[in-house]
Amino acid sequence: MNAFAKGISDGGIVTWRNLMNVRRNPDWLMAATLQPIMFVLLFAYVFGNAIGGEAGGAAYREFLIAGIFAQTVAFNSAFTVIGFANDLQKGIIDRFRSLPMSRIAVVLGRTTSDLVVSVVALVVMSLCGLLVGWRIRGSFWDALLGYLVMLMFAWALSWVGALIGLAARSVEVAQSAGLIWMFPLSFISSAFVPTGTLPPFLKAIADWNPFTAVINATRDLFGNRFGPAQTGWPAEHAALYAILCCVAIIAVFAPLATAKYRRVASK
Amino acid sequence: MPQPEPDVAVRVRGLVKTYGSTRALDGVDLDVPAGRVLGLLGPNGAGKTTTVRILTTLLRPDSGSASVAGFDVLAEPDEVRRRIGLSGQYAAVDENLTGFENLYMVGRLYGRPKGPARQRARELLARFRLEEAADRPAKGYSGGMRRRLDLAGALVAEPTVVVLDEPTTGLDPGGRLDTWAVIKELVADGTTVLLTTQYLEEADQLADSIVVIDHGRVIARGTADELKAQIGGERLELVVASAADLPKTLDVLREVGTGEPAGDDHTRRAEILVDTGPKALIEALRRLDAQGIAIQDVALHRPTLDDVFLSLTGHGASAEEAAK
Repeated sequence: MNAFAKGISDGGIVTWRNLMNVRRNPDWLMAATLQPIMFVLLFAYVFGNAIGGEAGGAAYREFLIAGIFAQTVAFNSAFTVIGFANDLQKGIIDRFRSLPMSRIAVVLGRTTSDLVVSVVALVVMSLCGLLVGWRIRGSFWDALLGYLVMLMFAWALSWVGALIGLAARSVEVAQSAGLIWMFPLSFISSAFVPTGTLPPFLKAIADWNPFTAVINATRDLFGNRFGPAQTGWPAEHAALYAILCCVAIIAVFAPLATAKYRRVASK
Repeated sequence: MPQPEPDVAVRVRGLVKTYGSTRALDGVDLDVPAGRVLGLLGPNGAGKTTTVRILTTLLRPDSGSASVAGFDVLAEPDEVRRRIGLSGQYAAVDENLTGFENLYMVGRLYGRPKGPARQRARELLARFRLEEAADRPAKGYSGGMRRRLDLAGALVAEPTVVVLDEPTTGLDPGGRLDTWAVIKELVADGTTVLLTTQYLEEADQLADSIVVIDHGRVIARGTADELKAQIGGERLELVVASAADLPKTLDVLREVGTGEPAGDDHTRRAEILVDTGPKALIEALRRLDAQGIAIQDVALHRPTLDDVFLSLTGHGASAEEAAK
């Protein structure tokens, strides 16, 4: 078997193992789905009227969904971080590293199984979104592409999570390190407000933030418009820029995470 | 590519590994002949686990070389990984998977197809008396059961060399005897085993030969008997019926043994080191009998490995552990 096929095959086995773990710990999946439901409802009804106004409440709720999708799948990368920290602590990574298996398989398997968790979260959030009035107004194919961009983003950030999880000195460190960087990244973006309302300095960051790109692309593809159209290259080529961002993140973090895995010393 | 397996299954030369200013390994050499069991004995922090991690390709040494089944751990790590089975200090089983799933997964990762991986898992579960628990998540297993499962995981690919890193640390006495029985069976199959332990009794029980390390250096090597012989002969101990006879008894012991005898009025015990073993014992008893001294108890002790450790390092095997 060549290295590529072995990587895919071993990665599949590790994915299976991780998903069995999720299945035997349903409270984990519960956390991954309850939080997005809560976010959809809270943001839609607590912020909805304040930001959208009486008349614009429904429009804002529609605007919001893509933002919450992106934030949720991004926060799911914390599962990757914690998954690795746990496996390291329990010596499972040592066992894997002593086996004649592909060196990329463990990281690939983990990012893939966490992608499955994100798919479940997206399904739950979509149903929840439909309940609060969100609709897909574009074509089926555009919507599908929107979901794919979202999943690609989830997968890309999962590789970042893998590097953090493998580098963290303990499960506790991993827990906070896995989440902390998400807050500025997800809030200084178009997730909850159009970037036009931000001060110029933050607006510049927000406009080029990959979060914004992914969210804008998904919004365009879902046909969810709210407020004046954004201008500037990243906003006008949102889908292209979003995909480029994801590819760049994977290109940087996949080799880093794999290299870290090869060297990692169990705690 | 793969070459014939040599007579020396594990060869380690001049291994050095430093962490900051600590030299975890300071030039370790060792050989494990094919089909034999080597006990790597030392207290906590002696460098046992570091050695194991280098041999199992988990860690790169700063200098020195190591080979397993003829393959260099640095140059051909994948060939090494195909031929070793590792059972760690902390049983590395996935507690959310069942016993069967754990072994099946390891089999698949060794590259076995689904059918053979399943079959091998069932085989090992039976051999390690885990059949009944096979389809329950390992979370519910006892410490001994987990350890057996971890050990089974090390054997999935029928490895040439099995590395057991402190296989009984943290187990209760029952679990320990259980694990020993399994290892003895393994050894009977002719598998080469490198076993690390901080229990002298364990090395004595399981290993053909022993390498004692302390502070990253080999301080002694040989069979258990050779190591015991290194600190000299045996200790003759006897208890007299009446404390009044003790001075005369000590005089007799002084004549048959070496050095100065020790006596204790309260326990009526007298002891001395002897280098002629049973001969000295018989001689002592004959002389005491001739003087009409009644003996209540008599024993000839061979030194324990604990005595060996004490005489080699100046501290007991567990002294450092106690200080922590």
